[in-house]
Amino acid sequence: MLSSVFFYLFAGICCLAGLMVVSSRNPVHSVLFLILAFFNAAGLFILLNAEFLAMLLVVVYVGAVAVLFLFVVMMLDINYSELREGFQKYRSLGLLIGAVLLVELFATFFEYSGNVKSLPSPGAVHNTKALGQVIYTDYIYLFQLAGLILLVAMIGAIALTLRKRSGVRKQVIADQNSRTRAETVKLAKVETGAGVKEAS
Amino acid sequence: MEFSQITISAALPEFILISLALVMVLIAAFAKQTETDGEGSIKLVRTLSLLGYFAAFLALFSVPDGRIVLFNELFAVNDLVIYMKGLILVGAFFASWLVSEQWGEGVDRPEFHLLVLMAVIGMLLMVSANNLISLYMALELQSLPLYVVAAMRTSSLKSSEAGLKYFLLGALSSGLLLYGASLVYGFSGSTNFEAIASSLSGGASVGMIVGMVFLLSGLAFKISAAPFHMWTPDVYEGAPTPVTALFAIVPKVAGMTLLMNVTYSAFGNITDQWMQILIALSVASMIVGATGAIMQQNIKRMLAYSSIAHMGYALAGLAAGTSEGASAVVIYMTTYVFMGAAAFGVIMTMRREGTPVEKISDLAGLSASHPLLAAAMMVVMFSMAGIPPLAGFFGKWYVFLAAVNAGLIPLAVIGVLTSVIGAFYYLRIIRLMYFEDSDAPLDDGASHQNRMILIISVGFILLFFFGIGTLSQEAVSIVSVYF
Repeated sequence: MLSSVFFYLFAGICCLAGLMVVSSRNPVHSVLFLILAFFNAAGLFILLNAEFLAMLLVVVYVGAVAVLFLFVVMMLDINYSELREGFQKYRSLGLLIGAVLLVELFATFFEYSGNVKSLPSPGAVHNTKALGQVIYTDYIYLFQLAGLILLVAMIGAIALTLRKRSGVRKQVIADQNSRTRAETVKLAKVETGAGVKEAS
Repeated sequence: MEFSQITISAALPEFILISLALVMVLIAAFAKQTETDGEGSIKLVRTLSLLGYFAAFLALFSVPDGRIVLFNELFAVNDLVIYMKGLILVGAFFASWLVSEQWGEGVDRPEFHLLVLMAVIGMLLMVSANNLISLYMALELQSLPLYVVAAMRTSSLKSSEAGLKYFLLGALSSGLLLYGASLVYGFSGSTNFEAIASSLSGGASVGMIVGMVFLLSGLAFKISAAPFHMWTPDVYEGAPTPVTALFAIVPKVAGMTLLMNVTYSAFGNITDQWMQILIALSVASMIVGATGAIMQQNIKRMLAYSSIAHMGYALAGLAAGTSEGASAVVIYMTTYVFMGAAAFGVIMTMRREGTPVEKISDLAGLSASHPLLAAAMMVVMFSMAGIPPLAGFFGKWYVFLAAVNAGLIPLAVIGVLTSVIGAFYYLRIIRLMYFEDSDAPLDDGASHQNRMILIISVGFILLFFFGIGTLSQEAVSIVSVYF
């Protein structure tokens, strides 16, 4: 009973937030609604006993992807009115695809008989623990491979974007800190009316 | 999982290269990046990676014979895989050896050799894949560094374009492959190749075949078989020349081996279904490769089309679906690696007043100014065109023989016809070198390693004649694991 209350709460907010993502005029608001949708989807996962997926959704999608979206939206100078014109242009195609998806969804809904094979029962262990039991033993090879791929991604991103430009005056803190007083300060006695000779 | 002696020795080449890569990350990070000291660190990294390829090659001899399955059945080695790993390491050694420290074009950085090493690790793991998940992960480990090195010349718009194109189309092909893999998993209930094969013993369902088509399309992209070849000419032209050499020599071998693994071990029970796909890929590649190269002015673009055609010929052997065809592919890929190394050995000596040139017309009059280089290029071009008794002839001979014996006579006829068309542009280069004059000859002085590579690979092409008997017997015995 309580779980179905929460299901309708999460699912309802999720749908509303999804609607707001595409309909809100301000792109920053869209991203914020997207984050709301992610949170509610995570709640749905928890109702399904998939707490690891819920955590993953929050950490990866809210923590990384949505923040990246926010950065892109706020830092890139995109003309949204032009984008909306494109939206009008492809509206018929979009409606067609949407209709196909809707028909598919209804077809699935009416075909659903309720006696499909249920999810495998989680058993005594939580799925985070169950994952932990195999990821470092049975699937250590894939785990290490994923690590190598991430290392490559990091090296590749740095190798492509880090470049040394000549003629740029960079601040070298170590050099500044190691300067002595004698190198930098010069006391000069200035005679009246003579001015200071130019610094050497 | 037990971590026994067998685990160590069967995956020893990979262990060596991965440890070396991690050491090289530290060297690249902490080495001084200034103008003068930077050269020292890149020299060190390059030498280390060459030593690594050599050590991994030696380590292949310690892998026990027969079929070994490791890491929860995710990783498998057999005789064919070991042979192909050897070929990949030889190709990678050539490709890294060709790059001198002074080449420039953005590849004069320690990260270049590091990324190439990572890609080679990915290729070695890829040919050992025994599961759809390990296949995909190894494929990504191989592709990601290659996207980066294609765009390594940050000052050049063409290089960035090459990197971007390669990345976008590569991501698309990964999507196709993953979609296919998910369908195959859904209809067979497992991602393991043996389990997929046993689920197919009673024939395949439609969903399974759709999945296989997507899977094979994704793999066809990786070996640039037509109609998934669109990226090849642009990427070959835009990438720095040493990177093009790498692309032309190594990843094709790994992709072809993976294709053999997937078709013969996972889909070995439904040969008739994938044969049609491979025949279509083969015919399209041979035609596109032969006709596309004719109009090219840039030698790298020309070799891109030539490599598409070569993949078409190799696929013809694979499409035969017999042990004879598989052994023909092994022979073909062996000759392909050496021909590629020799061709790029010549191209990378082409300089005029210090800057690299890459137009085909720049080769005019090469026989007068550089007789030995011209002779080497002539041998390579004759071999690629398939003139006996050079290596390329035997590669084609075995492939077409296998196709004819498998009853694919139209395929063999198209193959021979496209080789005739292909001979036109290979011979055009020879005509340019020998019968035309040039007012601005190319620079003298091929580097030491270029000369060594040319001696080794051209020697291989010329003397292949003597070794073909042994190699063909060996090839038949190593592919016997699948039949």
